[in-house]
Amino acid sequence: MMMIKQFAHFLTLAAALAATTAFAAPADTLVQRGAYLARAGDCIACHSAPGKPAFAGGLAIDSGHGIIYSTNITPDKQRGIGAYTEQQFADAVRKGVKPDGTHLYPAMPYTSYAKVTDADIKALYAYFQAGVKPSAYAPPATRMDFPFNLRWGMAVWNYMFAPDQPFKAQPGWSAQVRNGAYLVEGLGHCSSCHTPRGFAMNEKAGDSSQAKFLAGGDLNGWPVPSLRGLPRWSEAAIVDYLQTGRNATSAVAGEMTAVVAHSTAHLDDADLQSIAAYLKTLSPATPRTATVKAQGVEATAKKLTAATNLTLGERLYLDNCAACHFVNGKGASRVFPVLDGATVANAESPAGLIHVIMQGARTPSTDKAPSILVMPGFGKRLDDQEVAALASFVRQGWSNTGAPVTEREVAKVRKMVKAD
Amino acid sequence: MQKITNDDVDVVIVGLGWAGSIMAIELAQAGLKVRALERGPDRPPEDFAYPKPADQYAYAIRNKVFATPRDAALTVRYNTGETALPTRKWGAFAPGTGVGGSGLHWTGVLIRPTPTDLKLKTYADKAYKRGTLDPDMRVKDFPFTWDEIEPHFDKFDKICGLSGNTGNLNGQIQPGGDPFEGPRSNPYPLPALHDTYNSSLFAATAKSMGYHPFPNPSANVSSAWTNPYGSQLAPCNYCGYCSKYPCLNYSKASPQTAILDVVKRMPNFDYKANAMVIRVDLHADKQTARGVTYIDEQQREVFQPAKIVILSSFQFANVRLMLLSGIGKPYDPITETGTIGRNYAFLSNGAATLFFKDKHFNSFATAGATGEMFNDISPGNFDDGIRLGFLGGAKIHSSQSTGAPIGTALPPGTPSWGQGWKEGMVDWYDRSMKIGITTTCQSYRGHFLDLDPTYKDPWGQPLLRMTFDWRQNELKLQRYLREIVGKIAKEMKPDFMSESFLGLDSHWDITKYVSTHNVGGAIMGDSPRDSALNRYLQSWDVHNVFVPGGNAFPQNFQANPTATIGAITLFAAEAIKNHYLKSPGPLVQA
Repeated sequence: MMMIKQFAHFLTLAAALAATTAFAAPADTLVQRGAYLARAGDCIACHSAPGKPAFAGGLAIDSGHGIIYSTNITPDKQRGIGAYTEQQFADAVRKGVKPDGTHLYPAMPYTSYAKVTDADIKALYAYFQAGVKPSAYAPPATRMDFPFNLRWGMAVWNYMFAPDQPFKAQPGWSAQVRNGAYLVEGLGHCSSCHTPRGFAMNEKAGDSSQAKFLAGGDLNGWPVPSLRGLPRWSEAAIVDYLQTGRNATSAVAGEMTAVVAHSTAHLDDADLQSIAAYLKTLSPATPRTATVKAQGVEATAKKLTAATNLTLGERLYLDNCAACHFVNGKGASRVFPVLDGATVANAESPAGLIHVIMQGARTPSTDKAPSILVMPGFGKRLDDQEVAALASFVRQGWSNTGAPVTEREVAKVRKMVKAD
Repeated sequence: MQKITNDDVDVVIVGLGWAGSIMAIELAQAGLKVRALERGPDRPPEDFAYPKPADQYAYAIRNKVFATPRDAALTVRYNTGETALPTRKWGAFAPGTGVGGSGLHWTGVLIRPTPTDLKLKTYADKAYKRGTLDPDMRVKDFPFTWDEIEPHFDKFDKICGLSGNTGNLNGQIQPGGDPFEGPRSNPYPLPALHDTYNSSLFAATAKSMGYHPFPNPSANVSSAWTNPYGSQLAPCNYCGYCSKYPCLNYSKASPQTAILDVVKRMPNFDYKANAMVIRVDLHADKQTARGVTYIDEQQREVFQPAKIVILSSFQFANVRLMLLSGIGKPYDPITETGTIGRNYAFLSNGAATLFFKDKHFNSFATAGATGEMFNDISPGNFDDGIRLGFLGGAKIHSSQSTGAPIGTALPPGTPSWGQGWKEGMVDWYDRSMKIGITTTCQSYRGHFLDLDPTYKDPWGQPLLRMTFDWRQNELKLQRYLREIVGKIAKEMKPDFMSESFLGLDSHWDITKYVSTHNVGGAIMGDSPRDSALNRYLQSWDVHNVFVPGGNAFPQNFQANPTATIGAITLFAAEAIKNHYLKSPGPLVQA
């Protein structure tokens, strides 16, 4: 009898579990919409620190002019934003201004968030008031160097660089492209990394009407690829990449890994398809002119297969890379990225490739692609000369036409990697 | 010592290898709160990132990912007249430990038994005249039909990305596959691995002699594969580090590559490593378990309450835990009463090594499962066993699982160290191939497992005692197989050869590695009188305890056990989800 009772409870529990695992947020549609938009905006990336409650802030962001600590955006009334009105919340998100009139630093991408509609602000506000657990954690105070410690200076910066423009659709866009543009230019704040920045760290372009918009940037020495048109990828490949951190030819590395894990993997198919459709409308940047002649896929594969009279770079490739990426540089679909023709191997700057060789990469575990596939870092096994030789080979093998890599370029990246 | 009690869970899983991982994902997907306890350490992918596992000394000689005898020793004797002694070093078999269990370092041969193998008792009663077989033999049928279990084999094939040639598709014999395999509902998920030189020579010769060779069915996948859970496997690159190694390339199906990344995402699943379960705690009426007790990393005793207990540790650890917990009645070989410990079986192997002065085999470029085998000499497929008075058979194969240098085959008489060994290596490394056998092993009245009266583990609990030796049935089978292998080898015209087969007076040698295919001890069957578990791996005695693993096999067939362990575990998981949760109690009426 006892067991039967236990199992009656057990079944209710199972049913309850099934119900709660589907939705973590309360069954309020506005809050749910807000939770989804918070994913699209990747708020958690900056507003959560390791070991601290979600959205309680405290993540240290090195601005180059001092350390910015992200703020507590949980609904705690003292430490968080629990006391904000919806208007105060909207001003912080869209204008970078706190209720007391002080200015946020533009590590907070309010120049992009300016495009968020009132309806979406309302949903985000509902989520951050009712869907997030309050935390009384107080993040450390931001410490900037002079003159950046004078927050009023940001008012001037905002005047010069922050357009504070609502989202504007270009004529001729379909509803789908329009939706994609809204996500990319607004909450997605893709331009934060993918648009080149000017002398005052301002983004050089604010929307797709400008040719420099999403034309590729530089993130702490890592060349960020252009998103304009993505000529080598189909729309399906773009969706796959954002949803799973991998597609038939590529896998995510560096900072984008966390973006996929925390943000894009949670977007629904229709929104990801909109993003892909929008990116495809952007005219691609002029391709870089090749500095070296391609060896040819066949020639490289043959040389590696014969494995005689190898250069240092070729030998290192065989010993360290060929197990997964194979002698033809083709890897394996969705598992091992293609190196032949890869953006990272042909970029103007070799820093991204050097980073990956030294530090490795790991695919994020997402709903659609749960496997965490790790590329180990080879920084400990290979010295600067070896990394340079290997990277030079990868940049020039098969049909690749990247310029050779110098030891100095490797040393520079190694210094940065060590500082991490 | 203060005892800790954890929060309640629906299901506690003891041992996170293949069986535990399958149960974890299937039951967590059904919405249950599942917690796995693993006695060994966690084994995340960083541990076996390229090129770490390519280290023969650490992994294959020093057993880096195996259980230590301290954690998993047992005592061994040949018969009840002897005093059993503890294993202090692994020899004939070597169980794994840690997350992934033996599934992390298995070779990756994923072959199903035949329908006859599953109904061996029925076959033997029909084919053999009464009194011609050993009167102590206790073989039994598996308690399900081929049609009932086939969908679960099929699912496990897909979980692993089985690579090979289809032999029998819905009753239609296919060219290039095993014509003796049971009808499968779907073709192999992936094409076969590339043949190596040795296996193509062997296959051609075997074929010319009338046998039906086919590529070893492999869970080292031949191309990129996404399994039904969404896990991804990568194409095998033939690096030669499989058996005894974790795969460095995501190519060998294991709990890590096939299941764990998926189940770890689920909020209703968690696991604890370094959690050594010491007993299953029963309610006072002994009809049901209330949870398990384990020793955690800080050596504290912890009680884990649970509604369902899954014992999915290694075969003999499962049997031992049942004995330590008082689940079912221990087996007594004199009266043949009791069920826990009976029908223990192992297996034998043997091989001819063929040396060729003028051939190079590139033995280092290989996958664990690479090779060709034939199944002509398995029960029901040949008649000589009936004539010669033995029951059983073998898969006969030429596999090339590694070219690692330590222990490589050198001509007989070559010194095992020093100058002479070096010269032998220079002249003969990579110039030999093997033709091997993996045999059946029947179960007998006097082969069993019980608790040792003398030796105890570090927690003061008795070790498991194994009573086992070769019987004439198995030795006659060896003699017969030696003849067949000898004929094939002669046909291949080696310059010379060496061989290792058992003679008719052989005893079991625990010091030489055979295979970690230990089976039986807590077997599945139709009756609580002579089996520990029903067809759903549910204890006949304590109905919320399920015991998936090799322990459930009533005897050993010539096929490697992993495919069957996967299939019966999936079969049991389905029964728990569809029937047990709705009405908890015995799923089969005794």
